[in-house]
Amino acid sequence: MLPAVNSSHGLIGEFFAWFGDLGIFFWQVVRAGVTPPYEFRELFRQLDEIGSKSLPLVALAGAATGVVLSLEARYSLTRFGAKSLLPAAIVFSVIHETGPIITGLVVSGRVGAGIGAELASMKVTEQIDAIEASAVNPYRLLAATRILACILMLPLLTLAGDACGLIMGWVAQALVEPLSLHQFINSGFNGADFNDFLPPTFKTAVFGLIIGLIACFQGMRTSGGAAGVGRAATSSVVLSSLFVILADVLLVKLILIFFP
Amino acid sequence: MQTIDRIAAKPDTGAQGGGTPVVVVEDLHKSFGTQKVLNGIGLAVKRGETLAVLGRSGTGKSVLLRLVIGLEKPDSGSVRIHDQDIAGLALDELGEIRKKMGFLFQHAALYDSLTVEQNVAFPLQHHRKSMSKSEQRDRVNALLAEVGMQDAVAKMPADISGGMQKRVGLARALALEPDILLLDEPTAGLDPISSAEIDDLVLKLQEEHHMASIVVTHDLHSAKTIADRLALLNEGNVLIEGSFQELQKSDIAFVREFLKHS
Repeated sequence: MLPAVNSSHGLIGEFFAWFGDLGIFFWQVVRAGVTPPYEFRELFRQLDEIGSKSLPLVALAGAATGVVLSLEARYSLTRFGAKSLLPAAIVFSVIHETGPIITGLVVSGRVGAGIGAELASMKVTEQIDAIEASAVNPYRLLAATRILACILMLPLLTLAGDACGLIMGWVAQALVEPLSLHQFINSGFNGADFNDFLPPTFKTAVFGLIIGLIACFQGMRTSGGAAGVGRAATSSVVLSSLFVILADVLLVKLILIFFP
Repeated sequence: MQTIDRIAAKPDTGAQGGGTPVVVVEDLHKSFGTQKVLNGIGLAVKRGETLAVLGRSGTGKSVLLRLVIGLEKPDSGSVRIHDQDIAGLALDELGEIRKKMGFLFQHAALYDSLTVEQNVAFPLQHHRKSMSKSEQRDRVNALLAEVGMQDAVAKMPADISGGMQKRVGLARALALEPDILLLDEPTAGLDPISSAEIDDLVLKLQEEHHMASIVVTHDLHSAKTIADRLALLNEGNVLIEGSFQELQKSDIAFVREFLKHS
């Protein structure tokens, strides 16, 4: 067989092996997470670490997105004579797509890298082995708590990101043309219902699962000292961002089918 | 000299005589890829007895300890702790057995985000939930006093020396009052005085707690100081096992060479 064919077979094999290992890891985490003892203290620590400490970054990214959307939408809608739709365009863009995806990507960058590097560092310095040797299940203590915290915090962070995006979208518009916040909200949410708001917000819980799962998996399976820690941090961010975007494609389609 | 005197005065614990082994390793094989590390090794350690496992670097000494506590899975063979085969046990079932075992890692493996006090309290917080906070604190202080680290409770692992980290690691290993103690290179990387202090400490703890101990070491002086028996590994198996004097009398070329260069 040609070397190129051999090499592609190797890559395909590695790809499926990675998915298989990820599946086994997920099963071990679920099994450990649903059986007592529950690690509430570590869960609350992670909720703070992942939630509160990501809030400024998510708020800033949401605000910047709101401003950009407002500027771009104003330019485009004015060209097509639909300037009156500007508040609705901003609101729908933010709550449907830009808020959730920007939050997912920002958190995958900050939290994915943090979890990946922290757990990888613990792995190469035998701290995870020490946890196991102390008769504590590391899947329960380290992975289940972080993944659950990601799942719980992503929708809340998305709400915060959405709010900042909408406020800054209004500010950007109000600076060009006087418009009260009340008018902006009324006009923007006119015709919107919970189906426009809840599914896109709660889909980020899936992003949280992806970010937490991939970062914990890449961190806890690492090897090779400082270089391994670097690889784990990088691969956590790259893979979780990639899978967040791929999952978004699927989830948007499902939301359009089930919540038309 | 003090250590040597203590060995001479070390009371006969009866470990050499009767008693059921609490750790039994039988025909254990372990490979990493194409590299065969352990090749049918067998060992047994009784309560109150200390076995030192010696050998060249890369002969699988640390792997043996990791197999004994279940951090690695053997390719074949068995590890029995208190007569229970640990192969095939789920993590939580293995956890019940690990509660009876203490493990000192080669580089101590202290949790770097926790203080010395929190490191030692870690096993208590997870397995002695009936203890009140003040009882846990008292127990941690007693353990740290036992290893001479009572003044470092609030320090972070990065702020203490390697020898001190090993003492804290030892205190953490003893937190659940184990009856099996596994020590991976307890004196590696330490100066001779710190090494002697760790040896003295291990001897003292062994006398007080009467555990079954396996010590993996390169340090022959440390091994003959703290161990009742020595096992020399070569090519993944025990080449010779016995007292230091028995090893000295051996005609096996590798044994003579190992002792000569140690």
